[in-house]
Amino acid sequence: MTSKLVGIESSLAVSEAVKLANVDVIAAYPITPQTHIVESLAEMVANGDLDAEYIPVESEHSAMSACLGSSAVGARTFTSTASQGLILMHEVLLVAASLRLPIVMAVANRALSGPLNIWGDHSDAMITRDSGWIQIFVENGQQAFDQTLCAFRIAEHKDVLLPTIINIDGFHISHVIEPIYFLDQQTVNEFLPPYKHPYALDPDTPVTIGCFAGPNLYTESMKALDSALRESKKVILETWQKFGEITGRQYKPVEKYKTENADTILITMGSYSENAMMTIDKMQSEGKKVGLVRLRLWRPFPYEEIVEAISGVKNVIVLDRAISLGGPAPVCSEIRAALYATEKKPQIVSIVGGLGGRDISPADFITIVELGIEKIKSGKTEETIMFGVRE
Amino acid sequence: MKTNAVNLIEQEWILPGNRTCPGCALSLAYRHTLKALEGQCIVTVPASCATVLHGMYPITAVNVPCVNTPFASTGASATGLVAGLKALGKKGITVLAFAGDGGTHDIGIQSLSGAAERQNDFIYMCYDNEGYMNTGNQRSGSTPLGAVSGTTPVLGKQQYQKDMTAIMEAHGLPYVATCSASYPLDLYEKVKKARTIEGTRFIHVHTPCPPGWLFPFSDTIRIGEMAVETGLVVLYEIEDGIFRLTSASESLALKGGTLQPVREYFISQGRFKTITEEQIDELQNWVNARWKHCLHRATNL
Repeated sequence: MTSKLVGIESSLAVSEAVKLANVDVIAAYPITPQTHIVESLAEMVANGDLDAEYIPVESEHSAMSACLGSSAVGARTFTSTASQGLILMHEVLLVAASLRLPIVMAVANRALSGPLNIWGDHSDAMITRDSGWIQIFVENGQQAFDQTLCAFRIAEHKDVLLPTIINIDGFHISHVIEPIYFLDQQTVNEFLPPYKHPYALDPDTPVTIGCFAGPNLYTESMKALDSALRESKKVILETWQKFGEITGRQYKPVEKYKTENADTILITMGSYSENAMMTIDKMQSEGKKVGLVRLRLWRPFPYEEIVEAISGVKNVIVLDRAISLGGPAPVCSEIRAALYATEKKPQIVSIVGGLGGRDISPADFITIVELGIEKIKSGKTEETIMFGVRE
Repeated sequence: MKTNAVNLIEQEWILPGNRTCPGCALSLAYRHTLKALEGQCIVTVPASCATVLHGMYPITAVNVPCVNTPFASTGASATGLVAGLKALGKKGITVLAFAGDGGTHDIGIQSLSGAAERQNDFIYMCYDNEGYMNTGNQRSGSTPLGAVSGTTPVLGKQQYQKDMTAIMEAHGLPYVATCSASYPLDLYEKVKKARTIEGTRFIHVHTPCPPGWLFPFSDTIRIGEMAVETGLVVLYEIEDGIFRLTSASESLALKGGTLQPVREYFISQGRFKTITEEQIDELQNWVNARWKHCLHRATNL
């Protein structure tokens, strides 16, 4: 394998990965902060660097509808969106998953209106949680590049055939220029061979897909989809294992950072994990027993891995970059549920922060950990802390 | 050679035992459409009566590949099917989008307009039963003035139908046409012609609906014929901007152009039970003006 180090904006690295994946069809609509991804793909197609059909649709609803069509005839299909665009796609997302169409989508995560806000948080990913898509979070441009390639291999695997989202924090990842290792075409071709959808629409073998199912079959359809999504974890692990062998970059559903000997663990997802790592380094150098767990795989939710990573720990502080209005914050809610049946349950505190592009600095993370420990000491762990809110 | 009942292709792509209501004009229109495409097509169908026709999992009555899409997705899903086939180098397959009037005039207009503006290469057929019949007859953008429906009770609809074919013509399409299920050979010829043309092709089909329009199941064909004879439906095609009257509308024009009064059509259906004399007069004037316009435009008289 040859690997080239390139200084490039993460969005463009995602486009490069899509090009290396030799995608057949791209259907997309512009929305901040995703636009650079589809603009650069349009340019690659126009320049003849990428032999694909580029469909400049008139809305995200149509983007996903077009992806549904192209994927249904067996074409390797990519799109990208964010925020309002993702939620405008919603009804089609669920159909794409139920039709078992391995569409790959990069989401440059952004807040949802209103108020209108173009900056990053995880609201769009969280509201898409139950759509049947595999969802992976990344922390930097390199991971965005890597996971875009992995996503095609995972989604198109004959035992998976599920659409896959790579969550790339808007601006904090999408617009940052980083040194990124690119893979060469031959390595990608070996990692990601051409695929054939087993049930692609063809007049020679006519089938109807997506027809209606009554009460006698709807439950079974949902069970089948749920099983497929849960069992996709096996292929995800295999894919990351293989990718690690090729590149030396190891990915896991739940990744631990200096958690040995920690009695307090902070849990983050996405780009803020990198700031959190700096904080852990600093706090540990001061003798504090704090570690970090980063959640990479959001769907299917890695129950076993999260339990393994945090059971037996005294305190767990979960940072959500999304709010569930009137309910528990989504990531913390999952982690509490995962831990409920375990014997050595940690105290768990939920913190919501980093909404609508508000930064959380390494210094802020120190405050977050302190606030969390304080909350646990006060015994009021059922209360969610809104970090940095001006009341 | 012109197609007639004797030399029409015998093979069927809608198999016996579909789920449409008795007297359904949509199944007739669909049947002849698939014949004209000789089954060499991939169909995209939004939630509609056509979904019901296709059947309930795991059984389907239709012997062509089909994807059922969300209601507003039809045009864009057709775009995707076309792009996918092109990317994979598959040739000779026509993509057919087959949607009702609600899915075309109302909720699907954006994705259809987008696809037409992009000149994506597929046939879009709107089967128009003039309302949301699959949900039990509610008003759509194609429900006619004076028609009572679930959401235009008592007084009936107070607005005119949206002229979808004119809207699609305004997109500069290479081929737009109107048809009626009561004239299946005209429909067959138009689909056959559309099949050979590249770009977005729009075909509107008038499909009377016995349970929605409240007329006897046995009268479907007659009701469709009356719509054409009265000029409420005009059969025409516009190929590269050239307007031609076809079939019964062409014959009517060639025989002097006298239409039957619209009153008979309104009396024939329960949905017009509360239409007023003023509304009938208004509609007669509207039909007369449009017919005059069509006669003026027609290049084949």
